[in-house]
Amino acid sequence: MSTTTNGRTAAKAPGNDKLAEAATWLDDRVGLATLAKKQIRKVFPDHWSFMLGEIALWSFVVLLLTGTFLTLWFKPSMTEVTYNGSYDLLRGVKMSEAYESALHLSFDVRGGLLMRQIHHWAANLFIAAMLVHLMRIFLTGAFRKPRELNWVIGSLLLLLGTLEGFTGYSLPDDLLSGTGIRAADGFMLAVPVVGTYVSFFLFGGQFPGDDIIPRLFTAHILLLPGILLALIGAHMLLLVFHKHTQWPGPGRTNDNVVGYPLLPVYTAKAGGFFFIVFGATALMGGLFTINPVWKFGPYDPSQVTAGSQPDWYMGWPDGALRIMPNWETHLWGFTLSWNVFLPIIVLPGVVFTAVLLLPFLEAWITGDKREHHLLQRPRNAPSRTALLVALMTFYGILWEASGNDLIATHFHLNLNYITYFNRIMVFVGPVLAFIITRRWCISLQRADRDRLLHGYESGIIMRSPEGAYAEKHLPISVDEAYTLTARDRVELPPPPGEVDSNGVANRKARGEGLRWRVRNFWFSHDIEKPTRTELEEAHHHAEHELSVRDDGHQHLTESGYTGDYELDGTPADGHQFDGRHDISGDELRKGH
Amino acid sequence: MRLLSARLSARRRSPFAGLVVLLLGLVLTGGAFALFSPAQAESGQADQSTVAQGRTLFLVGCASCHGKNGEGIVTERGTQYGPPLAGVGAASVDFQVGTGRMPLARPGVQAERKKVLYNPDEIKALAAYVASLGPGPSIPTASQYSISGTDSEAVARGGQFWRTNCTACHNFAAAGGALPGGKYAPSLSGVTPKHMYEAMLTGPQQMPVFSDQVVKPSEKRDIIAYVKRLQSAPNYGGNALGSMGPVTEGMAAWIVGIGACVAFAVWIASHSVRSKKGAKA
Repeated sequence: MSTTTNGRTAAKAPGNDKLAEAATWLDDRVGLATLAKKQIRKVFPDHWSFMLGEIALWSFVVLLLTGTFLTLWFKPSMTEVTYNGSYDLLRGVKMSEAYESALHLSFDVRGGLLMRQIHHWAANLFIAAMLVHLMRIFLTGAFRKPRELNWVIGSLLLLLGTLEGFTGYSLPDDLLSGTGIRAADGFMLAVPVVGTYVSFFLFGGQFPGDDIIPRLFTAHILLLPGILLALIGAHMLLLVFHKHTQWPGPGRTNDNVVGYPLLPVYTAKAGGFFFIVFGATALMGGLFTINPVWKFGPYDPSQVTAGSQPDWYMGWPDGALRIMPNWETHLWGFTLSWNVFLPIIVLPGVVFTAVLLLPFLEAWITGDKREHHLLQRPRNAPSRTALLVALMTFYGILWEASGNDLIATHFHLNLNYITYFNRIMVFVGPVLAFIITRRWCISLQRADRDRLLHGYESGIIMRSPEGAYAEKHLPISVDEAYTLTARDRVELPPPPGEVDSNGVANRKARGEGLRWRVRNFWFSHDIEKPTRTELEEAHHHAEHELSVRDDGHQHLTESGYTGDYELDGTPADGHQFDGRHDISGDELRKGH
Repeated sequence: MRLLSARLSARRRSPFAGLVVLLLGLVLTGGAFALFSPAQAESGQADQSTVAQGRTLFLVGCASCHGKNGEGIVTERGTQYGPPLAGVGAASVDFQVGTGRMPLARPGVQAERKKVLYNPDEIKALAAYVASLGPGPSIPTASQYSISGTDSEAVARGGQFWRTNCTACHNFAAAGGALPGGKYAPSLSGVTPKHMYEAMLTGPQQMPVFSDQVVKPSEKRDIIAYVKRLQSAPNYGGNALGSMGPVTEGMAAWIVGIGACVAFAVWIASHSVRSKKGAKA
């Protein structure tokens, strides 16, 4: 409220309470009301899947809070000390100061172990939620114009979140995290030419050195969270700018957003969800052990433990490493370790680039350059859905491969056979998944089309005079029909010719030909929604079918009955034989 | 002397010179080993009636694979059906039969721990019989493996030995781990100190032998003490999720964490504009 006054006294907001006065005082000085007025009325649509990103956001907040607590006691130092804390089994053992402070946090700081565990669970949840959120965005087509850049930012967040997780996993300097750093060193060394330089640069000399923990600490608490925070800010600003997408339905168009305003409803919902996520991580931190550093012992390069795995989000490159054949090339005294370089440096880079480019790839295939604010059901983009499921299968096989040792011991399987199986499945699985998912989506599209044309299954079974049974269908509601038909019809352009209309040779013919073939493959099996004529015809047909005759009974007509008798106009529900009707001229009972 | 060395020197390029030196070396090392060899292989003292009882049991329960005199049976393909038992010692029998690994339920890559089929007296008799076939490590005495007197310093030292020698296969919390070809290092939960000691001494299945020269008896006891203390320690962080490392943690994060949060998201979003109107979208 900024109102001009006539001199002495400032204009007052109606209602004389202290809160309003304070608000006016503040607004007179910072003037945010005009800005806020618009934003607090911002509308967000409701759907459970729209809150998946929120899980990531809130677990990030939990990470910031618990992480700050942990920095108060954690000492990022590799100085050797002798442990003298309360944990008996390690007393007198020499270890780095980082590991000692992690033990101190776990056993001698009140609430320290709980905070450590909440922090770690929240980290696992953070990246899991980002991944689930990514899948939702992709499956519903929410990445399409104008949101491609937000997809790119989101992908970067996933990458940085993974790095942030890895640096955090490495900090306590226990046997498991040290093994992780050792592995990371090996990955760097596998890079041709520059590998050794990178490794020496990062470790400040030979592995492990004294520098790595302090350096990772700076990256973990300053650099990466800073970038993450900035990108999350950009991600959410773009969300506000683009407005949220929504599912199609009556009253929901590409130009509006139907839902609750930010204040008070959405603030309450989102704020409440923060406490739920915090509660979930706190409960997990209190009930389940995560990263029991005291059991691992201090890191010693000569030691290793069975069951050394990275945290789950690094599992899939680890799995690729585990199933990779042992390929090496020796050239002029140098070893090229394809067995490490390909699965752990090249593969993640390629996959990440592919994920980053998915929106642009799809736009290139479909040729769709329109703005989209309405979501698509996964079934209505069968090839896209199938592509994601294929990617998920690829990821899943590699992910599973990284747990091969536990699968072997717990399911009494041969480790080698698991490896052979995964080597084949990592290629065959995605193809199978693509085919199955695409056919599945197409079947669902067909079901939708049937529902539109023939209505829903009423559960009323009719028996024909010959004994054939048919179920009566009833038309669906107008709202549902609207929702089901709120999708675009795909029109495939004709294949590009070698020459254009003027007879000039088309120099781009090859590229366009490829694009046309891909697009054809992408769309050619889709089931289109019924046309207006098809729908009208079907409705007319249904009306006829459902019409009630003079005697008060409905009658089965040709659609449900395929026998020899001409049924139209013939009572078929059996009530005519109840003794109260004249059946003397009945053809059906002839001879009985 | 000069003459001798001159003669030797003259023959140093003879084709037999290398052979002679090799032979000399072998005789010398062999002799030295016989003189100074560790007195580890001790034949257990057992009276003849126990040995005879053991032999009877052996003929019924073991001879079908190990041969009537414990000489082992070789299959047509040249692999061992049952290995020869001369020299494996009483400790080996006590471990294999005392943990139910022997007799085997079926041939396979590795004998698994299962129900013990012989009573302690029978095991003792079997051990005495096998020990009589050839000298080998005897069953450790309670004073060797008893962990009642170990102080926390010894336990921490045992932890060091444990992490250096054992965790690579048995996992940091002794939960076990996989080995190639369907083999595995078993979990150590519920294994008695005596059997742990015998396992280190005899190296059953895939396990290497940790002889008393490599890991001293007192160090063996410290390792056992560490494992036992680790197993009996409370779960400071709540449910240990099997102490299997990040795999089960990741599963919990996805199933419990994401599961719970998504369930709540469904609940929150179900109270919406739509559901108030009751319109079906």
